[in-house]
Amino acid sequence: MNLALFIPELTLAVFALLVILLDLFTEQKRLLVQVSVSGLVISAGVTLAMWGESFPAIFNNMLAVDNFALFFKLLLLGVAFLVILASISYTQKFARFQGEYYALVLLSTLGMMLMAATTDLIAIYIALELTSLSLYALVGFLKDSKSTESSLKYLLLGAIASVVLLYGMALIFGFTGQTQLGEIARVIQAMSPQTILSFPALTLGLVMLITGFGFKIAAVPFQMWVPDVYEGAPTPITAYLSVASKAAGFALILRVFFSAFGLPEWLSLNWGIIFAFLAVIGMTLGNIAAIPQTNIKRMLGYSSIAQAGYLLVGMAAMGFSPVVDILGRSSIIFFLTSYALTNMGAFIAIIAISNKLDSDLIDDYTGIGKRAPLVALALTLCLVSLIGMPPAAGFMAKFYIFSAAVRSNLLWLVIIAVINSVISAYYYLRVVNVMWLGKAASEEKISSPGTLRLGLVLSCLGVLLLGIIPGFAMLLAEFAARIFVF
Amino acid sequence: MITPQFIWLIFLLPVFSFIIISFFVRPFVKAESRITGYILITALFTVLALSIWTLLSVMAAPHHEIPVPDINWVVIEGGVTIHLGLIADSLTAVMLIVVTLVSLMVQIYSQGYMHGDPGYHRYFAWMSLFTASMLGLVLADNLLFLFVFWELVGLCSYLLIGFWFHKPEAADAAKKAFIVTRLGDFGFLAGILLLYLNTSTFDIHELHKLAITGALASAILTWSAIGIFAGAVGKSAQFPLHIWLPDAMEGPTPVSALIHAATMVAAGVFLVARMFPLFEHSTEALTTVAVIGGVTAIFAASMGLVMNDIKRVLAYSTVSQLGYMMLGLGVGGVAIGIFHLFNHAFFKALLFLGAGSINHATGTFDMRLMGGLRRVMPWTYATFVIASLSIAGIWPLSGFWSKDEIVVSTASQPVLFSLAMITVFMTSFYMFRAVFITFGGDYRGGSQNEHGGHGSRPHESPKVMVTPMVVLAILAVVSGLWNVTGHFGTFMGHGQTHSFTYGFFHPFTQPLPWISLILAGLGILLAYAMYSKQWLSPEKTGNFFKPLYTLFYRKYWFDELYENIIVRVALVKGLFGSLKQFDNQVVDGAINGVARGTIAGGRAVRRAQTGQLQLYGLFIGIGILALVLVLYFAG
Repeated sequence: MNLALFIPELTLAVFALLVILLDLFTEQKRLLVQVSVSGLVISAGVTLAMWGESFPAIFNNMLAVDNFALFFKLLLLGVAFLVILASISYTQKFARFQGEYYALVLLSTLGMMLMAATTDLIAIYIALELTSLSLYALVGFLKDSKSTESSLKYLLLGAIASVVLLYGMALIFGFTGQTQLGEIARVIQAMSPQTILSFPALTLGLVMLITGFGFKIAAVPFQMWVPDVYEGAPTPITAYLSVASKAAGFALILRVFFSAFGLPEWLSLNWGIIFAFLAVIGMTLGNIAAIPQTNIKRMLGYSSIAQAGYLLVGMAAMGFSPVVDILGRSSIIFFLTSYALTNMGAFIAIIAISNKLDSDLIDDYTGIGKRAPLVALALTLCLVSLIGMPPAAGFMAKFYIFSAAVRSNLLWLVIIAVINSVISAYYYLRVVNVMWLGKAASEEKISSPGTLRLGLVLSCLGVLLLGIIPGFAMLLAEFAARIFVF
Repeated sequence: MITPQFIWLIFLLPVFSFIIISFFVRPFVKAESRITGYILITALFTVLALSIWTLLSVMAAPHHEIPVPDINWVVIEGGVTIHLGLIADSLTAVMLIVVTLVSLMVQIYSQGYMHGDPGYHRYFAWMSLFTASMLGLVLADNLLFLFVFWELVGLCSYLLIGFWFHKPEAADAAKKAFIVTRLGDFGFLAGILLLYLNTSTFDIHELHKLAITGALASAILTWSAIGIFAGAVGKSAQFPLHIWLPDAMEGPTPVSALIHAATMVAAGVFLVARMFPLFEHSTEALTTVAVIGGVTAIFAASMGLVMNDIKRVLAYSTVSQLGYMMLGLGVGGVAIGIFHLFNHAFFKALLFLGAGSINHATGTFDMRLMGGLRRVMPWTYATFVIASLSIAGIWPLSGFWSKDEIVVSTASQPVLFSLAMITVFMTSFYMFRAVFITFGGDYRGGSQNEHGGHGSRPHESPKVMVTPMVVLAILAVVSGLWNVTGHFGTFMGHGQTHSFTYGFFHPFTQPLPWISLILAGLGILLAYAMYSKQWLSPEKTGNFFKPLYTLFYRKYWFDELYENIIVRVALVKGLFGSLKQFDNQVVDGAINGVARGTIAGGRAVRRAQTGQLQLYGLFIGIGILALVLVLYFAG
């Protein structure tokens, strides 16, 4: 076993502990940020150094160190970096517990990195719990009634989802006798279809796995926690939930369904149908429910449910096409990258605006275009990207995912998705409309701290870059999607 | 030899200039600062140097083309592939010189002309985008991107013509330009789609190859070529879509100079030249180009005879000269049409800058209020006369060389030939009519109502405005000499070269140049007789030809025809009326139904979101059941 390959994760663990210790001794809270960021940077550097080479899985084939995992680790570290940038001004609201806050962000990032790398049911569960437990605490960090309530809801519903997931895992283990994904695949492929069909345990197990994962990625009908938690949580954590948690969840789903249940083809068709079904209700419900929202965080919550729906279109495309077709996987990876940048940008802009307004109501955003032109411009770009209009990244992301679905003969699904995109334009553009064309209540300029600006510039540049020259990112995504360890 | 990176830079520098000006300078720097102008001028200066480098490299390159590797923009394995690439051939190289040189001169001039305007930064931001779009258009190697830049050029012209949007005439003119050119764009888009459906490629080189090898059916070739030409008719203001250009002078005068010389209207001629192999292999399409060009040339010139607004005279002269270019393309080929575009760009830009300079001094564009400016504005006068001589086609100025070639090419077709000849006469008449009214006689007062009025005494414009005019005047004299030896023609792919002395005096051994020179001379003489010496009274002459005068002055009632008959009756009452019915009853009904349904759905979902934990948990259970059912029934 090669412990060196575990250095990125170890670094994060060490730095998380370091932050907690430092917090006891220093009054300089800025130091905590610096330490956390350096932890992320070191971890990312080590991960980057491993990029492109192939390594054996570590810990008895429990953790893969392939390019898929490395790509997601980098993505998650990047998102965590942006979240910390976004938190610096926000953490003034709970000045006393900053050490815990940053440590928990690092620990949940660690959990998510593990989620992207695990190839074993038991390790998957541990990674999920590590992530979730840190997030439960982070959601309740504001300690007001809304935040506490949402944290408790998240915890209880998360527990239910965990239980269902465990049940599903148990069924699959009982059916195959294996916990390692590659081994599970070998057992299934050795069985005859009749054997599998005569025992519904495997399919029931799959449904329960999808339920457990669906909770993480906010797929309808397992999304009920999303609006309440998004509204109650500290805004940087909402961003973190909507982006990183979703990315890690999808990384997990991609790996599990691709490497354990990708073959035989009739099996993948079966879970493909489930994902197609989830995609349809996810997109439709998310978009329709977003329309009457008056709170921008809640609106983005529903929007993220709809975005998960689009991503599930990619999963359906994967199930419906032979495993060798790479476009399904690479388009999901591209979409996740684009979505991560876009949503981070949108949330950072919201933090910048809402901090000063002390309100998350869309009506209060009236005339922001005059008061904070650059932030409003960035938010506009991100919303345009969420609709999926060029030149923003969202357009290319949808283009790739829909192409994958069309290639898998899922034209009907694409038509539903396109109609949904049109519906979504209504509520995204309403914010744009209010910001630029409405008359502001006051003329006072809104200034934003440099850290937020930096985060905003970074994410907007990324959005534009992916939108204008998608070829390079798509190459990376294909590279990440191709190297899977079975 | 220039490398592809630098060719990319030609397009990118003005884009950067646009980004820097609109996102970094305009929000933070006061309008009095001149920095934005300098940013764009620096960018364009560099671009001009790069363009000259490109031209020299293309001249030295085999087949006069530098290969530029494609960038894959969107690639889906086994599916759609869209390339992003550039062409660097002789046509592009010449256009690059025209665009960057004229744009640079116009921007330097604008530093003086736009000084103190509250929209100063906005002006240079749009100017950057305008130039960038035009450069993108001439560099694009596939029709898809060419179309994108084509539309961007249209958008920028809309923004710049309507630059003083608070003036209703400017806003209307901008709308008119946008809508009328849009009509042609329909044809262009249809042509592109027709080609794509039949060849599944947007790549210009491949389309050329298919046209040359005859792989395209001739009907498709003809129709797509005519579609593309329709786009060119709109952009280059050819008959019958010429009506927008004369109104387009509502924008700042330097904008007119740029639109008329290098960026907007040249795009149409360029497009035909770029897709020339398609036209070449379809006699019908090529004849259409020649006929429309010839008709436009004389048609627009006739209206130029009677206008009183100096910019309108120039505007009709542009339409007429563009007709010449189309005629040249139709009868002679790329080299002849583009050579006229090349020469025309310099003297027409100069004429507009001159008009702007006059306006700067007198505060009006109405020639009846000017007069006597020769003494107070010697530089403007001298350069304006040089440009007028050049456009009239007087030997050895640049206009002579390109116009002569077009006239010679039409010699075998009597109708087109006589159109071209009459236009020569008209051109020299209306240009010198303008010269004599504006600069001759005594000063008649001017006006202070419009932009730039400076009190009672007119004066010469500042150096920053005069210098670009002098540079352009030099070019208006010498730019035609490029083809005296036939080098321009061979560079563009046909003709042969000969010695300079031979080429320089050769026209005098032929009858045709003599005829056209005599006609031009007669035009000048008539203008001199009527407007300088008043041997012939303009009023009497006008009355004598009353019906014709009115016909020209009312622009053949084309505006009225379009507005009253086509727009008001056919479109508004007929088509739009029935569409409105359809829209109100069917579409609105459906949309409102969907909208009501959606909103009701949204409310229902919101009601389900009660915040009660038990219910949420229950939903997870229901969800699992639903999935099992889906699998049971569909799996």
